[in-house]
Amino acid sequence: MPNYRIHKTEYIDETKRVSFKYDGKTYFGYEGDTLASALLANGIHLVGRSFKYHRPRGIVSCGAEEPNAICQIGSKKDLTEPNVRATELELYEGLEASSQNCWPNVKFDIGGINNFISPLIPAGFYYKTFMWPKSFWKKVYEPLIRLSAGLGKSPTEPDPDIYDHKHVHYDVLVIGGGVSGIIAAKMAAKNNLKTLLVDDKKILGGSTIYQNNESIKIDDKLSSEWLKNEIQEIKKLSNLTIKTRTSIAAYHGYNFLLAKENLTDHLPEEKKKNKIRQRLWKIRAKKVVIATGSIERPLVFNNNDRPGILLSNSINKYLDYYGVTCGENIILFTNNDSAYETSISLHKKGIKNIIVDLRKSASSKLIKQAESLGIKIYFNHVVTNTFGYRKINSLEIMKLSEDGNTTIGDKIKLSCDCLGMSGGWTPMVHMHTQSGGKLDFRDEDQVFLPKENSEDKISVGSCNGDFDLENIIDKTVNKINKFLDIDNQDYQDTNIICSKENDKRNIWLLPNKIPLGKTKCFIDFQNDSTAKDIKLALKEGFRSIEHVKRYTTTGMATDQGKLSNMHALGIIADTAGVKMGTLGTTTFRPPFTPLTFGTLVGRNVGKFFEVVRKTSMHEWHVENNAEFENVGQWKRPWYYPKNGENMHDAVQRESKAARDSAGILDASTLGKIDIQGTDASEFLNRVYTNAWSKLAIGKCRYGLMLNEDGMVYDDGVTTRISENHYLMTTTTGGAANVLSKLEDYLQTEWPELDVYLTSVTDHYSTASICGPNSKKILNKLFPNLDLSDENFPHMSFKEEKLENINCRIMRISFTGEQSYEINIESKYGHSLWKMCIEAGKEFNLTPYGTETMHLLRAEKGFIIVGQDTDGTMTPSDLQMDWIVSKKKYDFIGKRSLYRSDTIREDRKQLVGLLTDDPKEILEEGAQIVSDIKTKPIDMLGHVTSSYFSPNLNKSIALAVVRSGKTMKGQKLIIPMENKNINVTVSDTIFLDKENKRLNA
Amino acid sequence: MFLINCPFCGERDQSEFSSGGEAHIVRPKQPTELSDDEWAEYLFMRKNIKGIQFERWNHVHGCRKWFNVVRDTSNDKILSVYKMGEKPPVNYK
Ligand SMILES: [Zn+2]
Repeated sequence: MPNYRIHKTEYIDETKRVSFKYDGKTYFGYEGDTLASALLANGIHLVGRSFKYHRPRGIVSCGAEEPNAICQIGSKKDLTEPNVRATELELYEGLEASSQNCWPNVKFDIGGINNFISPLIPAGFYYKTFMWPKSFWKKVYEPLIRLSAGLGKSPTEPDPDIYDHKHVHYDVLVIGGGVSGIIAAKMAAKNNLKTLLVDDKKILGGSTIYQNNESIKIDDKLSSEWLKNEIQEIKKLSNLTIKTRTSIAAYHGYNFLLAKENLTDHLPEEKKKNKIRQRLWKIRAKKVVIATGSIERPLVFNNNDRPGILLSNSINKYLDYYGVTCGENIILFTNNDSAYETSISLHKKGIKNIIVDLRKSASSKLIKQAESLGIKIYFNHVVTNTFGYRKINSLEIMKLSEDGNTTIGDKIKLSCDCLGMSGGWTPMVHMHTQSGGKLDFRDEDQVFLPKENSEDKISVGSCNGDFDLENIIDKTVNKINKFLDIDNQDYQDTNIICSKENDKRNIWLLPNKIPLGKTKCFIDFQNDSTAKDIKLALKEGFRSIEHVKRYTTTGMATDQGKLSNMHALGIIADTAGVKMGTLGTTTFRPPFTPLTFGTLVGRNVGKFFEVVRKTSMHEWHVENNAEFENVGQWKRPWYYPKNGENMHDAVQRESKAARDSAGILDASTLGKIDIQGTDASEFLNRVYTNAWSKLAIGKCRYGLMLNEDGMVYDDGVTTRISENHYLMTTTTGGAANVLSKLEDYLQTEWPELDVYLTSVTDHYSTASICGPNSKKILNKLFPNLDLSDENFPHMSFKEEKLENINCRIMRISFTGEQSYEINIESKYGHSLWKMCIEAGKEFNLTPYGTETMHLLRAEKGFIIVGQDTDGTMTPSDLQMDWIVSKKKYDFIGKRSLYRSDTIREDRKQLVGLLTDDPKEILEEGAQIVSDIKTKPIDMLGHVTSSYFSPNLNKSIALAVVRSGKTMKGQKLIIPMENKNINVTVSDTIFLDKENKRLNA
Repeated sequence: MFLINCPFCGERDQSEFSSGGEAHIVRPKQPTELSDDEWAEYLFMRKNIKGIQFERWNHVHGCRKWFNVVRDTSNDKILSVYKMGEKPPVNYK
């Protein structure tokens, strides 16, 4: 097996050999490697196939910007992860990774054919090709694309890992632990500011930490040695927290940032167990220092995507940090000085290399150093083509014309096994723009820079466009002193020696004799878009960068165009003949690198997914086999199946028992608001449609509450407990909103009212007993209470003790039966319920759930707000004009009841529906029409509630129908998928219109 | 995510609050006297300013108090908070 690890470094522990599997084959690396560095050490460059053309692709970079080395980690159904960058993944014993984009395998695959039919795959390919026929999309196109494109596989079973969230507050947050971040963090922490320093890598130091060129020195030491000292220093600072393996995912307003900390991803399988895998940090910082550095740009030339073509600085890092060389015969193609550092480093390790430089000439310390080492430099030359299928083996260069628009002279063919490219540096302004910052364009080296620094955030170092070390350190120190309003002198006498770049030449799309249409000059490696695609998009009329981006899919892959966006912009600017700075950039959206769902969700999974509210009787319902329904956050018994009954049978039994003898319902979830104060009556007058002033103490009244727009908002019964004390009930789902709405009016419109509102929903539990035998059961529970209709009539209230515990008993009915609601302090709710069941045994007291409740009330035509109403129903639409006071001068929503729209006669109005076939049960939500012959069919309304009533032995339904009030007796049709159902409009009350049962 | 300085509790995370739209829209004292158009003006019409906007906020998961906020919608900076019934600060108009 080849070994490209050519020297020892302090970051690779050669005593700790690590075995891992890549595409099923076992390899070895060392502790300290990333998957990418270990693969390169084994001589593996080819890591996948490109998205559209399935061209062989290799590792390009050594960081978060990696477009090609995207892996699927693991193969377990619950523990596999797609889209992991091999350049960021730390190697661990037992790692199993596979290349993601190369079905059926990386070396030979079907998709490779696309490479030869590529003239057929232009920009907008997906929009143009897969549009028709429509029926092909689901069955043919999508599975094909998914199979042959590298979208990776999602786990199919729940994630067994543990994730965590943490909220923290800091005076200063420093993003990035390179040289400028370390200086900023040290200055802040030494000046008594509580500081957090985060870096996405395993160790601090950024790109300076492996710097080993003699012409770059600080205080007469190699800059890397100097920085290591600084790192030791800051580790001693007590008010500095350092978080490595932690990356900022999002920078929101008000300096609220999200960071992801990797805790176990680098550990062997057995050490990961029972530990928190990733933690999401929710950071509030008074001030933020952005020191995220910059990334090297590729160059755009023909066939610039072969395996073995990497960013020049990445070659340097693999060499000096990981001890791995990317080749043995390397060519560096550059337009700036930084490739010379790589070249000198390679030369020192005995790796043969030559430089191809776009610039006509250049002079700086670094260049002189390279020249003096005898490294061959081709100035004013450009790479025009590369060769080699699975890996680069040679390339052609040509001389550039004076204006750089074309090539001249003869082709020179050079052999190589690796090509490093450097198109300059792009400051990482993502954090700055995510936080709302604007950018400026600097023509000199074609970079976007943070435009302004505010009181609460600042960018320093190369993310601010300061590239040489002297500039970086001096400017960082000055800026941080000003930003934090401190006077730190630590770096006053620091002596920095470095090379200064003097010459620049940038060409976004390098010239070539071959027509552009015949070249493959890749811009976005991950999404496979080329310079030709950009030009085609422009030709087809696209101008905005946001449109070109979407049409060509440039910058739309998981790397979000970290390597491609600048070139796309540059080519658009050149082609359209405008200045690049005027184009603006695309929007940098969070997350900076992909986040797992697990991290975002944290602990809120399984039973912690949502808050669950249970009544104090809940355990009894569980013991008695209730099926539950979610109503808001509440778990409410839905029905209680007996002996394997289905819902229909259970509901028929329950509702029959409630009308024939007695039923009991857990009504604890209804919203309860305690209202007190000398103006309580006046307050109720203003919030309900009916009058409240004359309600006697000890009496109950039903009320309808509107929105200011006149539409029904909530309903419920309110009881006058004493002169200035009421207890309001609301719907279960509306409780919180009603309280908020009432508080709103009280605090903002009517602050003069002496009224206090308190939610007591959770304080009381409620058992509601109904049916002809309910009075007998109450008598057993409360033998001293006079239950006669004279003493305790319908719509009244008594207080009575159950044993020693006070109960509030309301005689109110939502079923039409004689009915009592017993309220007791919640801690006694379970006992109350059991006592009721016990007392009711001889009367077949039957527990019933929400489904039976809905059926019983529908028989009586009582509405459920939210089921029979939808925010567009007035009281009149519900045929409830009787509850709207004509005398009251004002109440919430009154004025809206006679707006031109609300008095229309042809509004949708609530009606009853009876099916011609009494056994036919309508579907809730079904549309209602009168004429199915005239097309388009005119929809008159829809069914809101529908049941089979065992008490009436027929199907009943409530519906809203246009002009429904005037349609009683009229025939209508409900068209369903395979039949039309004939119905007749009826009254909304189906049972006991005279309300005789209330006092039966 | 805003950091809102509740006049009753101090600085809290935005997730504790709910927004209640434009501030200083007074419910008419005599709605019955109003034409449909006048009522609609109160009921439906709200400004949506790019710049300095007066808003109502409710500390719904805290003290449950309503209060007013002056916010620059162009950069989301909250310039001032003040209690219900208090006059808006004169320097923002
Ligand atoms: Zn508060």
